[in-house]
Amino acid sequence: MTGRADTPGSRDRIWWHRTLRLAAIVLGMWAVFGFAVHGLVVPLNTMVIAGFPLGFYMAAQGSLIAFVVLVFWFSARQDRIDREAGVAEPDPAREELPQ
Amino acid sequence: MSLPQRDDAFLANLGRIYGTYVGGFIAFVATLAILEQMGVPDRIIGYLFVFFTLAVYAGIGIVTRTVQVSEYYVAGRRVPAVYNGMATAADWLSGASFVGMAGTLYALGYDGLAYVIGWTGGYVLVAVLVAPYLRKFGAYTVPDFLAARFGGNLARLVGVLVLFACSFTYVVAQIYATGIIASRFLGISFEVAVYVGLAGILLCSMLGGMRAVTWTQVAQYIVLIVAYMLPVAILSAQKFGFPLAQVTYGAVLQEIAVLEQDLLARGLATAETLKPHLAPFTSLDPLNFFALIACLMVGTASLPHILMRYFTTLSVRDARRSVGWSLLFILLLYVTAPAYAAFAKLEIYQNVIGAGLEALPQWIYTYGKLGLVDICGAHAASPDAVQAACAAVPGNDGVLRLPDLAIDRDVIVIAMPEIAGLPYVIAGLVAAGGLAASLSTADGLLLAIANAMSHDVYYRTLDTRAPASRRLVMARVLLLGVAVLAAYVASTRPADILSVVAWAFSLAAAGNFPAIVLGIWWKRCTSAGAIAGMVAGFGVTLYYLAMTQYGGMAEWFGGKNISAALFGLPVGFAVTILVSLATPAPSREVQALIDDIRKPSGGPLMRDGPL
Repeated sequence: MTGRADTPGSRDRIWWHRTLRLAAIVLGMWAVFGFAVHGLVVPLNTMVIAGFPLGFYMAAQGSLIAFVVLVFWFSARQDRIDREAGVAEPDPAREELPQ
Repeated sequence: MSLPQRDDAFLANLGRIYGTYVGGFIAFVATLAILEQMGVPDRIIGYLFVFFTLAVYAGIGIVTRTVQVSEYYVAGRRVPAVYNGMATAADWLSGASFVGMAGTLYALGYDGLAYVIGWTGGYVLVAVLVAPYLRKFGAYTVPDFLAARFGGNLARLVGVLVLFACSFTYVVAQIYATGIIASRFLGISFEVAVYVGLAGILLCSMLGGMRAVTWTQVAQYIVLIVAYMLPVAILSAQKFGFPLAQVTYGAVLQEIAVLEQDLLARGLATAETLKPHLAPFTSLDPLNFFALIACLMVGTASLPHILMRYFTTLSVRDARRSVGWSLLFILLLYVTAPAYAAFAKLEIYQNVIGAGLEALPQWIYTYGKLGLVDICGAHAASPDAVQAACAAVPGNDGVLRLPDLAIDRDVIVIAMPEIAGLPYVIAGLVAAGGLAASLSTADGLLLAIANAMSHDVYYRTLDTRAPASRRLVMARVLLLGVAVLAAYVASTRPADILSVVAWAFSLAAAGNFPAIVLGIWWKRCTSAGAIAGMVAGFGVTLYYLAMTQYGGMAEWFGGKNISAALFGLPVGFAVTILVSLATPAPSREVQALIDDIRKPSGGPLMRDGPL
């Protein structure tokens, strides 16, 4: 939360640039698991693991798990970018309150 | 103003409240199981299930009542990420997802997984592109954001129109589903059951708005997910000695593939009538498969009743994290649905197809009587009816063949307890789960519609100086009005409305997505551009839907109308961008507003009065 030495303008620019880059990476992964993998369903189906042809498995479970991991990874990563640029929200004490 | 101690007590004790609730629910199911063993009739078990769960939801709705505007519209913005995730999952998982998804996968095999992918992947878009920014802005409704970003009430009213178009048919379908379930398990007529469902919905939402709906949705999520996972877990445990059906159904898939070959070899199915369960692109060609995924994903990120759930979190950080939790809770149902489909298909290929017409399992007749299972083109109401119908079919020699059997998609989940030979209490549990799924979605949708009308149309457009108390009265009157109207429409069994529910995704995607996303991510996007883009995208989609459904228009490039946003979405983006570039850049104030929306720090931009 320090670093007032830099001009706010340039610091904001770097922060927004990193945010855009992260968004592009996450959307790229989203396109891979949402679309590209399923375009390869026929070759993937030749591999069978525990009864699941791999192409079928990716559509029924694999991509879904990838999406969840992707969103949690994204939110942790974006939070770090925000904190390093000093634009994150302060951690409110009440956030720990509800269990 | 409104009993702050009670507010704090509820929020401070969330863990204990919902822990007790889960324990109580398990004890309740166990008690009913014992009552059933003691000989209490099925009908009474059904009554107890429906009334006790409704009473719990109503109780939560009453305890969490509020007279504060921000509590009513956004639950005071202090719902923890995990609980908001559960509430969003309940909001999202509709009655149709609960009872129909597995049946769709049963019928379509691999191709049905487009729904599973589309209805989960959209949350990545929500997390990255939309939710944190709308949370930072601090709107009460989605049109509220459109009005602030695109200067004025025209954008607001177009937003309300899109919201209404994609939410109203959806809520009618939910109330219809509650009516179907309530009438089946209470033995009352459908028209009356619809109003029982309506009472359940209003008890949850009238007094406490978003705050009450949030906390009932958490309770409803717990019921629906337990009800969904339990029957298939028992089935998996019976067959493999291991309850995780999501893992064991791989072996079932292999058995299905063997049985499919067997059915072909025995002449019980032909290559035209049998769609191999694992083979891709048998029902949807690749264009439609991927177009459907894209439309469902973008639609998810544009549905107002989902987006407004992320207005309720403590912080922007929590809004992002909450999307992850939502997706995790939603995923639990969607990874279970293909297992349901596989277990049902195995049962049917093994014990139904190829069986003598006089030796079909009992559940065929149970659901045949309800008109949900047809054999040889007639309702399979009794062994005699089946044999009479099949005698008239050429080529049938007393054995059931695959093309002779037609099963309604809802049967797969509803009949599973019976197919597996489980006690009636499990069937009652599944009904309670289906009811929870439709009630929670109906609540979220009704609130989205009524809030848009009371906040955007009444307060922001018609009477900007209305005091808080009058705004809350208006909000409740409008909620009641919309709910009664929706229940009335549902009670007329509108076949047209039910068939167009899937349109909501395409309409929301084409109408909202370009304006919301470009409004956040592109400073040069102007009011004229956004409004023109919304009208054009929404208009093209609606035109395509209506003309292909009713106007007899040929499909463009073979795109099915369920993925109509395939055309509307690019048009919406193109018009927004071109008109924006042709009009002067947004003012300095609007550009500063966008800068503020992007930064998590600094608190919400939109502030309401002290109340």
